[in-house]
Amino acid sequence: MDKRRENLSSLINDDLLSQCIHCGLCLSVCPTYVTTNLERSSPRGRLRLIKEYADDKNKLGNIFEDEMDFCLGCRACETACPAGVKYDVLHNETKYLLSKDKKVNLKKILIKFFLNKILANPSNLKLYSRILRTYQQSWFRKMLHSSNILKNISSKLFLIDELTPQISKISSDEIIDEITLPISKHIHNVTFHVGCIMNVGFAEINLDTIEVLKKSSCKITTPKNQYCCGALHAHNGELKKAKELAKNNIDLFRNYEYEYLIANSAGCGTFMKEYYELLKDDKDYLKSAEIFSSKIRDISEFIYDNDIKFNSGKFNDSVTYHDACHLVHGQGIFEQPRQIINDICDKNFREMHNSTFCCGSAGIYNILRQNDSQIFLDQKMQNIIKTNADVVITGNPGCIMQLRYGVKKNNLNLKVKHTVSFINEQKGI
Amino acid sequence: MDKKIKSKLKEIVGQNNFFDSNEDKLTYSYDATPVFNELPEAVIFPENTLQISNIIKLANTEKFNIVPRGAGTGLSGGSIPVENSIALVMTKWNNILEIDHSNLTVTVEPGVITQNLQNEVEKLNLFYPPDPGSASVCTIGGNISNNAGGLRGLKYGVTKNYVMGVEMVLPNGEILKTGGKNVKDAAGYNLKDFIVGSEGTLGVITKATLKLIHKPKSFSTIIAFFESMKDCSKTISDIFNCNLTPAMMEYIDNTTLKCIEDYAKLGLPKAAEAVLLFEFDGREEEVKEDTNNLEMILNNNNAYSVKKAKTLLESSKLKAARRSAFSALARVKPTTILEDATVPRAEFPMLIELVNKAGKDNKVLFGIFGHAGDGNLHPTCLTDERNKNEIERAHKAFDFIFNETIKLGGTITGEHGTGLSKKEFLENVAGIPGVEMMKKIKSVIDENNILNPGKIFTTSPRCEGNLPFNNKQIKPFNG
Repeated sequence: MDKRRENLSSLINDDLLSQCIHCGLCLSVCPTYVTTNLERSSPRGRLRLIKEYADDKNKLGNIFEDEMDFCLGCRACETACPAGVKYDVLHNETKYLLSKDKKVNLKKILIKFFLNKILANPSNLKLYSRILRTYQQSWFRKMLHSSNILKNISSKLFLIDELTPQISKISSDEIIDEITLPISKHIHNVTFHVGCIMNVGFAEINLDTIEVLKKSSCKITTPKNQYCCGALHAHNGELKKAKELAKNNIDLFRNYEYEYLIANSAGCGTFMKEYYELLKDDKDYLKSAEIFSSKIRDISEFIYDNDIKFNSGKFNDSVTYHDACHLVHGQGIFEQPRQIINDICDKNFREMHNSTFCCGSAGIYNILRQNDSQIFLDQKMQNIIKTNADVVITGNPGCIMQLRYGVKKNNLNLKVKHTVSFINEQKGI
Repeated sequence: MDKKIKSKLKEIVGQNNFFDSNEDKLTYSYDATPVFNELPEAVIFPENTLQISNIIKLANTEKFNIVPRGAGTGLSGGSIPVENSIALVMTKWNNILEIDHSNLTVTVEPGVITQNLQNEVEKLNLFYPPDPGSASVCTIGGNISNNAGGLRGLKYGVTKNYVMGVEMVLPNGEILKTGGKNVKDAAGYNLKDFIVGSEGTLGVITKATLKLIHKPKSFSTIIAFFESMKDCSKTISDIFNCNLTPAMMEYIDNTTLKCIEDYAKLGLPKAAEAVLLFEFDGREEEVKEDTNNLEMILNNNNAYSVKKAKTLLESSKLKAARRSAFSALARVKPTTILEDATVPRAEFPMLIELVNKAGKDNKVLFGIFGHAGDGNLHPTCLTDERNKNEIERAHKAFDFIFNETIKLGGTITGEHGTGLSKKEFLENVAGIPGVEMMKKIKSVIDENNILNPGKIFTTSPRCEGNLPFNNKQIKPFNG
């Protein structure tokens, strides 16, 4: 065995790989397999290919790399897998190895820059957000759009522009105090992770979260200078940076005493719940990562577990719910948001077909693989339209951006809301 | 495979339906059967019957093999490629062509997923009972080819009881249509019954008409836990003696129970030695009466923590958990060799004892579950492919189990088919005249032996052509 191969096999965990008994129960839940009907686009097929890659990386070519990128990372296969195969871990490890081998090109440099220099650095993120906001507010963007110039120059750039969140006027961590006291009784001590995209692009959802927590008898600590959770880095081959960010977050939150760390972004929540897996080989951090992960709660999970009730007076709109992959598949959260929504909207909840299928947002998938992403978005929008709902609720910023674009694309009169904003809108809580 | 042949295949199905990259070959080299695998020369998605016919004709002239395939969830290796073969994938043929309410039939393409069919007909208050464990993925074509069973075998039978008509492309390229919507049909040989369970060796199924029944009005699902195997066995025989016919009576042992609970997290008591999962269906009064009788029997046999599903969701969760048994067992060890030994139903408890003995004697671990109602047991050996010694011991244990099964008047496979993994045992149960007859049928219908050769039984004689002069001329024999 040459050195290179030794490296590969030790990085791609053989025990995890051989856990797959290729029974095929994952096929019918995999969005890419259902779309292409090709075994290589299925979780079972991908695992077989990863196994081959770990044995001898030279046997496989571009198709393999493309399949690894085509995978949305939605983890629907993990929900379906009775054998408990950790697909996501294997997929991330493989992407990491592939990214090390890849030749440098402009796309790769841009992604690396975005992940490592912008997302991973809070002050840079804010700086670039301000520039982006200035652009979004400017006559220049209006001109680009109204004259269709941008669309004509590059439909790809146009779509990226459309999918970029509307940058909030002011980022949420500048408004939220370090300590926020509950409205009435004080029962829980929680901390709040503001996130990176959430902080600059969805400040209002963060503020809604604080409001809802205040009403839920929580004293909320929101540490300043938080770090990005690192999920996007891990999913795009930047495993080292992801580990560094994880350690930064663990070190930061170590300074506070709290029962739960609340996340309102499904992707961040899932990733932070799995820090212990990410840092399992790091002796210094393994213990603290375990403690850190065990305290993470998604906002809907927290509300449900603690039996906090929000009742509305009258409710006329009909509501449907889209399961964010990283809530339902990543954290197994399915009942909780439905229960909360049902309590509020009485009988106006309408389940959509394939609610647990990915909307195609998938981190930055909708930017990296625009055409594929649009296929999944179109399927999702069709299922939403069939419910005739007035509001679609979901628990992840990526999904919100994607679905809002879907609403625009299809010219619909439909509101897209985060679960926590939906709760906070109700009067009489 | 010759490039010329490949380009001819491309001509037939079009560039878009032809795949021969390493990645594609690898991902069609397996099905759900452990240990066996073989690369196909190409993977092909035919679009219509004419294309299939042309591919088959080409195979006859150019001498390559064809292995038809559905979702690849088979457990006997029936859809695993053989030497010099193409994988003929039928998953895109997924249209339900007609649901005939007044004649109680449904006509489908072979790639329709079993559960999708069930869901569609149930919307019209109709019912298609066969439900193999992989119903959410597997296809009707595969179900027919392997005569798939499932959880409802005792009351409702298996796939063969529901196949009324089949259209298939024969190994000479001709198209056969046999059977139809007639409940009675005594014209000539009953060809469709040959086709059911033929594992793709006699033709490629392109359409099927299936029997439907009315959907039962009421269901009740009950799960019962036992501290001892004895109590569980007694319960099974008491149920038969009381003339109760549950639609479902599933046995789960302790090892399997633990794995299922780890996956499904239903709060089942993991300490139980044995579990029985029942379902009754029919008219409401009937179901109520049966459920009461069952509860009495369970009470008499010291079952503890008897639970009745209160909602439809609860009931489907219990059944889904049972369906996950085979895959969930991989939580213990990475290679799960699942067998399909079947005995007359009264011998079922005896068979469980024998499996436990085989495990102990050969020092291998078994997870056992199965369909107690119809005598179909799934002894699953939990092992690791990488441990050659243990695999050998597992095979010894299975030899013992199969021999004892046959002694009890049973058979080597109830619902998975013979395929590759059980063909060496076929003679023991079918007898030499039986196997010879099968071989003759195969050789008459498929003269050049191009359709899924080497499955069910070995067709080519072990010696062929001139005697070899040196070692290099001897090729390893692969069936």
